[in-house]
Amino acid sequence: MKTIVIGVIGADVHAVGNKIIEYTLTKSGYNVVNIGVLSSQEDFINAAIETNADMIMVSSLYGHGEIDCRGMRDKCIESGLDKILLYVGGNIVVGKQDFTEVKNRFIEMGFNRIYPPGISIDEALKDIKTDLGE
Amino acid sequence: MANYLLIDFGSTFTKLCAVNTEEYSIIGTSSDFTTVETDINEGYQKALEKLFDKIGKQINFEQVIACSSAAGGLKMAAIGLVKELTVEAAKRVCLGAGAKVDLVFSHHLNKNEVQQIIDKKIDIILLAGGSDGGNSESVIYNANLLGELGINIPIVFAGNKSAQDDIQDIFNKYNMNGHICENVMPSINVLNINDAREKIREIFLKQIIAAKGIKKIEQQINKVILPTPSAVLEAAKLLSEGYLEEDGLGEIVVVDIGGATTDMYSICESTKRSDVIVQGLEEPFAKRTVEGDLGMRYSAPGIVKSLSEREIKFINKDKGIDIVNEVNRRYSNVKLLPENSQDEFIDQFLAEMCAYRAMHRHVGRIQEVLTPMGKVYNQVGKDLSDVNYVIGTGGVIIKSNHQYEILRQTTNILHNPQELRPNDPNFLIDHDYIMAAMGLLSKIEPMAALKIMKKHICQIRGNQDEITK
Repeated sequence: MKTIVIGVIGADVHAVGNKIIEYTLTKSGYNVVNIGVLSSQEDFINAAIETNADMIMVSSLYGHGEIDCRGMRDKCIESGLDKILLYVGGNIVVGKQDFTEVKNRFIEMGFNRIYPPGISIDEALKDIKTDLGE
Repeated sequence: MANYLLIDFGSTFTKLCAVNTEEYSIIGTSSDFTTVETDINEGYQKALEKLFDKIGKQINFEQVIACSSAAGGLKMAAIGLVKELTVEAAKRVCLGAGAKVDLVFSHHLNKNEVQQIIDKKIDIILLAGGSDGGNSESVIYNANLLGELGINIPIVFAGNKSAQDDIQDIFNKYNMNGHICENVMPSINVLNINDAREKIREIFLKQIIAAKGIKKIEQQINKVILPTPSAVLEAAKLLSEGYLEEDGLGEIVVVDIGGATTDMYSICESTKRSDVIVQGLEEPFAKRTVEGDLGMRYSAPGIVKSLSEREIKFINKDKGIDIVNEVNRRYSNVKLLPENSQDEFIDQFLAEMCAYRAMHRHVGRIQEVLTPMGKVYNQVGKDLSDVNYVIGTGGVIIKSNHQYEILRQTTNILHNPQELRPNDPNFLIDHDYIMAAMGLLSKIEPMAALKIMKKHICQIRGNQDEITK
């Protein structure tokens, strides 16, 4: 069974979407490790090491996701998680910016998949299945 | 007649406590030096003579049971994967089992670290790592390395369940003294103490006490059942929770300042508030921490090491003493007893420092986080602010003329307002030094142990002004 670490990064306490993601992914047959709200990059990485996770899925709903996610890929590499998949989604930047640009910035930061606001977890599920296998 | 003799073979003193469990009373207490280097029986017999002298006659005991921290106590190495997760979980299990955690390692071990395990004469290794179904590569690597390097001291494996079979194969292959237990952290931030703790206690009884020359005494007494700190933890739990219709004291903290360590115990939930977000590894309801660098004699230099140069100068000037010199004098003469008021004053000061710092490391912290949703409280560790009682034990507190001043340090938030220290607790003292003994008794006669503790652990000495200040 593939393991996915999920949580909400930074000083962000939006708990509802986090529960929906946990529910959907668990129902789809993944081993979900939910570290909850107010989580730091280190919390995600530590949980991924201990659980031997295949993917980290970061949620950020309060606009400061870009600051919170900076350097996360580097820390993963330092921690021996070179191959781990990094997903991010929510309202990850401040205001209404052109999403292509936003996406490119996050790709440069080492994220594998980046989702704009308003996307449901079911849409991301297709990518997860492609990336991790059924 | 139901007379029990309870013994604590300490690192320095062998302490005896005779109780009558029908009258819920202490018949007498006595102590003498622990003589583990020669024959542990000598010190025990001397203390026993003293006890009979005090009582005025020889009496028979229904059972004689003991706890021990002699010959260095139970020395353990805790090994895990990530520092904040399985390493911390492994450490807490060792502490809960009454051990001294001399070594802590994370990720892959190296040869130097294994050598340290040999050099420090570790008694038991706790090997953890990986949540259930998670990482198993690390524990397998570590077990293999320990096997290859010929480690034959007891190893308790309490890591990823999915690695158990591989670990058992490694134990068999290298003919190791291995034991398999439930995972200390079955899933992220969940702590599972009991199974591994019981296994550690079992190994302590079957293998460790024999190696430490304590087994010799078993013809004289019925058995040694616990490491001493573990007995104190049992006593604290009983005193807090109560037994059947006899109420306990509710949430409590126990501080035990000794020559080599300062132990802090808290019996309470990690938080009662619903408006905080608790983070990090789950906290045990009955939590013990040990500060190996805070103590009145062996570890007195550690107290000064934790001070800045400026603070040392300030203390020397303010109090008119040479603190570094005084601390070294205590370190080089661990049997030193205060001879004059200056000695007493310095011991008092050191004890206050121990209480303050040990609480600083034991207690949880709360932080205000400003979010777009408003203010949120983020808590790490245990919230002790509503604790009913802080209980002092250990020679220096019991003998001090200013007990209140020492215990008050556990509530001092002068420099760290975010610490969740006890807010307004009552202070109690274990006057007769019975907590370890009552922990032992709680295993046979919990009601008697509870009633005796409630009777004998009482208000602090000192004038009332000082207390109500």
